[in-house]
Amino acid sequence: MQVNDTNKEFRPLIVAFCCNWCSYAGADLAGSSRLSYPADVKIIRVPCSCRVNPMFILRAFQRGADGVIIAGCHPGDCHYTSGNYFARRRMTLLFSMLDYLGIERERTRVEWISAAEGAKFSATMNEFAETISRLGENRRLEDLRCKE
Amino acid sequence: MQRINDDVLNKCRDLIENGTCDRVLAWEEGEFCYDVTPAVFTGDTLGKMIYDDFCAANQSKYLIDESHKEGRIAALLKPCDTYSFNQLLKENRIKRENVYVLGVPCDGKIDAEKARGLGIKGILGAEIDGDTVAFETIYGKKTCSKKDVLHEKCLSCKGKKHMIFDELTDPEKEPETAVPENGTSRFDGVSKLENMTAEERFRFWRGELSRCIRCNACRNVCPACSCRQCVFDNPASGVSSKANTNDFEENLYHIIRAFHVAGRCTDCGECTRVCPENIPLHLLNRKFIKDINELYGEYQAGYDTALDAPLTSYTKQDAEPGIVHERGVR
Repeated sequence: MQVNDTNKEFRPLIVAFCCNWCSYAGADLAGSSRLSYPADVKIIRVPCSCRVNPMFILRAFQRGADGVIIAGCHPGDCHYTSGNYFARRRMTLLFSMLDYLGIERERTRVEWISAAEGAKFSATMNEFAETISRLGENRRLEDLRCKE
Repeated sequence: MQRINDDVLNKCRDLIENGTCDRVLAWEEGEFCYDVTPAVFTGDTLGKMIYDDFCAANQSKYLIDESHKEGRIAALLKPCDTYSFNQLLKENRIKRENVYVLGVPCDGKIDAEKARGLGIKGILGAEIDGDTVAFETIYGKKTCSKKDVLHEKCLSCKGKKHMIFDELTDPEKEPETAVPENGTSRFDGVSKLENMTAEERFRFWRGELSRCIRCNACRNVCPACSCRQCVFDNPASGVSSKANTNDFEENLYHIIRAFHVAGRCTDCGECTRVCPENIPLHLLNRKFIKDINELYGEYQAGYDTALDAPLTSYTKQDAEPGIVHERGVR
């Protein structure tokens, strides 16, 4: 595909895994409060932050995501009592491993956003999108066959 | 050279004759003296059984299947194998009552490839004697320093104490506690990588992992990797079970594999030993072990079956994932 690079501004593709009970509702609140967040953020609703399998994150990168953010209930507020505590350990270890393999550490993030924090949702996504735009396209964990 | 200690052989024969067991899991000779293969022996075939300084394979994984067969099997387990055995017991993969663990002593195991690298060829036999190894070759006798020809996994040995056993073949050799062999930390290799810049690390791993031919030897030998159905065998997983078509697949395969065994990996080092491309896969597993030790407290998988595994437990004070970003930019 021919692309005129000079006219094309880089728009990152960001995948946000949002927990159904807190962060997804937080995104909803951001919307109904008319707070904006970048359209580059694609939200995937998951039942709990601990539903996010490390494979999901790597698959997102494989298919062309430039950044992946996982948003869940604040520790202690999990709808299923302890899901986010497990997610916290898993994601810490996974991010550390990605960093160890030389993948830019800023491309992955975990944030705790409650259903009442529409403003935090919007601010977090704006800030994350800006960070990823600065980093540019993800080239270290991508599969060209999955991209156009 | 003698391929098995008489005491060990007689012990196995006794176990079969007195009806304790009906078969023995040990090694048999391959085409050359150094390509030994794990094998099961019955009373009639015991004569072919060997256990010497080439027998490096971790036998625990075979006991998953063997312990679910009829009868009782005696297994020759080295100290490092007993960690994996314990871990599999904890995961309810092995029927304990069907296994008779015969703890065999270990002085480290010889890597014939390393010996060949030193110019010792045509190997007919070898024996560890203190800090040296005596080789018998078709060109005569040769000796070299033990640390030059040991497997990578033996250089960072966790200690010579068996974590679990029914009987020891050489109780006098059994140490009181598990003391790491060389006094050096097994995390030195990980620390070295951690101190590189992200760019250097990326180039290092791309160089290493791009050699992967996806033979799945690391998965098949790993005692922790013993799911009946593997995520990588699923055609919809995005990772085909054939050879990789680009660098991403190696990355994904090895990251996920290391993650799946995180907190369960006993650091037996089999993955690195069997890799035909000599990829230092233990560096991935040890990174997880090091992180777990640093963030969630010292934990050695297979040491104690009663302890909570780090990834199936939590505390309310755990570090936030952002700690990875805060550790200082390198």
